[in-house]
Amino acid sequence: MHFPSPHPSVLDRRRFLAAAGVSWLTPLAGLLAREAEQTTQLAQSLILIWLDGGPSQLETFDPHPGTKIGGSTTAIATKAKGVQIASGFEQLADQMDSVSLIRSMVSKEGDHERGTYLMKTGYRPDPTVEHPSIGAICCHELPGAGTEIPRHISILAGHWPGRGGFLGGEFDAFQIDDPKGELPDVSNPVKQTRDLARASDLEVLERAFARGRSNRARATLHRETISRARVMMSSEQLRAFDVSREPKAVLAAYGDTPFGRGCLAARRLVEVGARCVEVSLGSWDSHVNNHEVHRGHLKALDPALAALIRDLKERKRLDRTIVICCGEFGRSPKINLAGGRDHWTGGYSMALAGGGIKGGLVLGETDPEGTKDPTRPTSIEDAHATILTALGLDPAKENIAPATGRPIKLSQGKAIRELLV
Amino acid sequence: MRVGRRDLLFLVVVLAGVATLSASALGPVTRKPPITPPKHPEAEIQPIVTAIDASFRETWAASGFTPGSRAPDLAILRRLDLALKGAIPSLEEIRRFESLPHESRIRDRVVELLGDGRTADYLAERFARAYVGTEDGPFLRFRRRRFVAWLSEAIHSNRPYGSIVRDLIADDGLWTDHPATNFITVTYDEASQEPSPERLGARTARAFLGVRLDCAQCHDHPFQRWKQDDFRGLAAFYGATRSNFHGTRDEVNLYKPLDRKTNAPVEVQPKVPFREELLPGEGSPRARLAAWVVDPHNRDFSRATVNRVWAIVTGRPLVAPIDDLRAADANHPVLDLLADDFAAHGHDLHRLIRVITRTEAFQLASEGDDTTSEAREDAWAVFPMTRLRPEQVALSLFQESSTEALDSQAHWLFRLGRLTGVNDFVRRYGDIGEDEFDARSGTIPQRLLLMNGKVARERIEPGLMTASARIALLAPSDTAAVVTAYLAVLTRGPTPEEMTHFAGKLAGSTGQERRQRMTDLFWALINSTEFSWNH
Repeated sequence: MHFPSPHPSVLDRRRFLAAAGVSWLTPLAGLLAREAEQTTQLAQSLILIWLDGGPSQLETFDPHPGTKIGGSTTAIATKAKGVQIASGFEQLADQMDSVSLIRSMVSKEGDHERGTYLMKTGYRPDPTVEHPSIGAICCHELPGAGTEIPRHISILAGHWPGRGGFLGGEFDAFQIDDPKGELPDVSNPVKQTRDLARASDLEVLERAFARGRSNRARATLHRETISRARVMMSSEQLRAFDVSREPKAVLAAYGDTPFGRGCLAARRLVEVGARCVEVSLGSWDSHVNNHEVHRGHLKALDPALAALIRDLKERKRLDRTIVICCGEFGRSPKINLAGGRDHWTGGYSMALAGGGIKGGLVLGETDPEGTKDPTRPTSIEDAHATILTALGLDPAKENIAPATGRPIKLSQGKAIRELLV
Repeated sequence: MRVGRRDLLFLVVVLAGVATLSASALGPVTRKPPITPPKHPEAEIQPIVTAIDASFRETWAASGFTPGSRAPDLAILRRLDLALKGAIPSLEEIRRFESLPHESRIRDRVVELLGDGRTADYLAERFARAYVGTEDGPFLRFRRRRFVAWLSEAIHSNRPYGSIVRDLIADDGLWTDHPATNFITVTYDEASQEPSPERLGARTARAFLGVRLDCAQCHDHPFQRWKQDDFRGLAAFYGATRSNFHGTRDEVNLYKPLDRKTNAPVEVQPKVPFREELLPGEGSPRARLAAWVVDPHNRDFSRATVNRVWAIVTGRPLVAPIDDLRAADANHPVLDLLADDFAAHGHDLHRLIRVITRTEAFQLASEGDDTTSEAREDAWAVFPMTRLRPEQVALSLFQESSTEALDSQAHWLFRLGRLTGVNDFVRRYGDIGEDEFDARSGTIPQRLLLMNGKVARERIEPGLMTASARIALLAPSDTAAVVTAYLAVLTRGPTPEEMTHFAGKLAGSTGQERRQRMTDLFWALINSTEFSWNH
């Protein structure tokens, strides 16, 4: 990642905040300081590894080797006793004592967009209200802790990154591409003197607009938002996006792929207070040549996911960071004429690790014939409630959707107790 | 403010240069046949405008509000262009507007905009959100662009709105050559392999009637007006609707929702939730429903429509929420005046827009005294400030940077999106989704995008086509340069304080330095609250 030279530093920021003529920036500095004081310890975070397009459970976390539905996929033993996962996950296998699997996920939405909405928000699409994604909920419910960069981030955002929904656009995920490239829109295109001149130019315009509209101009929060954006531009926390600061061996362990770098950036970001980082890998929508598609993606997924869990563990962050790996649904047990698998909502997998979630467990079983319902069917709502509970939140807590005044629970589900430490 | 003669000459020079460039850049396009602006005798709409003004005056008097002053013509021009074509007016358009007779130029501009393909495209996109949402919809079975183009054509030719809605509900055929049927196919459900009667019923109620029946989908709520029977009765009109690769048509009814107690499938007869007397006895279920919805005596339809159009034109609805009008505590007298006029004149959308834009409330200034309260704004005694939509900001950004009107051809959102990255800008800025009339403040990524983003930088930095460079080069004086920049970005001239500040900055500068200072001025202009808000 390239930052403008010289690197923005704390010193720059203080100088910037203290600069005369930009008086309206100072209250925000105070605000940030207050937020920082109120929180003594960073609370927990969520890393969502999003397999865009709907991965096949049979080629990932729930292989059925030697059956008609299993196809040519073989299974390997893991560090979790009695738990096998698909070959291609050799590195993850070593971390499975920290990972639990739900193999009996069921969904009510078999369309990509609607399925993604349900999986990310815990609610089915409803034209009367736009629900916030779980990342937005984390940011809304958990304190800011002096974080100057966005706390909800989507790396390699797929079609539908997490949204703030009725909680507001400020909870939308901040989207970035491969962390190898330059971070979008945060580098100030001009040098400091010119920048300060621009800020005071802006003051002249704001004064003119506020004439006769002072209350309402203030209520737009435009200035406050600009101030926050400018604090972010000069925040040293931005370095968390810059994976090139990591040792070469660490970079190599995550894999020399955009996704691997995304996972590494996610680890760095939660360390500076990001609440939810989504990293997308896709597309897994393998209607044609299912096995080939999955083999290809596993090459990126296996090293990155394994390194992420191992790295978090070694850095003593795994107990404060939940890692979830799933897509919007699974794929059909039946292999179609094109060697593909189609959408499937009746029994697919989700992997969970870290942050108050037990490792090494498996919940539910899918039918080896692919005809019967899974045992212990688990709803997306219950998975959401489990994650929220692990983050110390009460799923039954309600927020009011402003347009309708309707109270809406963080999640409609019930936490799955056996998964919680 | 008026543009001086010297500035006008200079504008002509600027425009000529950009026109040549943009002609070659945009290439040949299929232009919609220009429609002759119809004769719209003002006398015809005067009575309804007077009645609305009187109604507002009465409300204001009762609340003790003195209405603010009328907004300057240029402020009204900005509102009109943003509302109808989705972007600020170009310098060229401002110049033409200023040359029109003072007493009629607002209404002339409205008529001109209503005949402009860009307006039809933009309004079609806004309406489409209510009809088919913002989802991409089911692959293969849904053609959003086709749908919006069809809608645009209908709005451009001012087809009666009732007849447009009739097609949405009742048309048969393939979604490619009967684009209205995309209203049906967008609800195609993978599980049942059919369009969803429930989603269609809910959509019909919300989009056309301003009624939220969805809440009664699962069960009756004790204090809600609507019962599950109302919801199922409306959904049942779509129970026989099939959609396969031969297109959309009605066959046998398959809608058999489960009984609440026994969990057994039950037959549900099509039933409308109110005004049963307007439902025809004959015809296919969808044709009957369509006839009922658009019946001129169905006041819920005209109220919902005028409220939506009012919201599109002014930035906020008369009665909120826009899809729950029957639940609103106090109904707005103006809503009924407009609704009845709309029904009495054949659901004429162009007339409705002309009426709304002629009202005193639409033409009031957004500034009052400094104590202006929310209550005053709620009563329309001062023009409301609303955040611009992402594509309005994107299109305005492209507009301010070029001095002549951008591509006045058909499908301009699409064309521009393809050519210049409007779509990418909108994605990064963050689309609002369907709840588009919610009051919201801006986000940090939006501010970053306008302060540092590539698109914004390309628009304001010295370049062959940017207004900032041309103005820096060609403006005959520092003050002319400042005036032109303000007009290009904010559709107004600078205040004396602004003029002193910015002309002072340009004073004595030449060449590269002058271009840089001009860029800085443009930077401040596009990053102001004023640029990102409707006011």
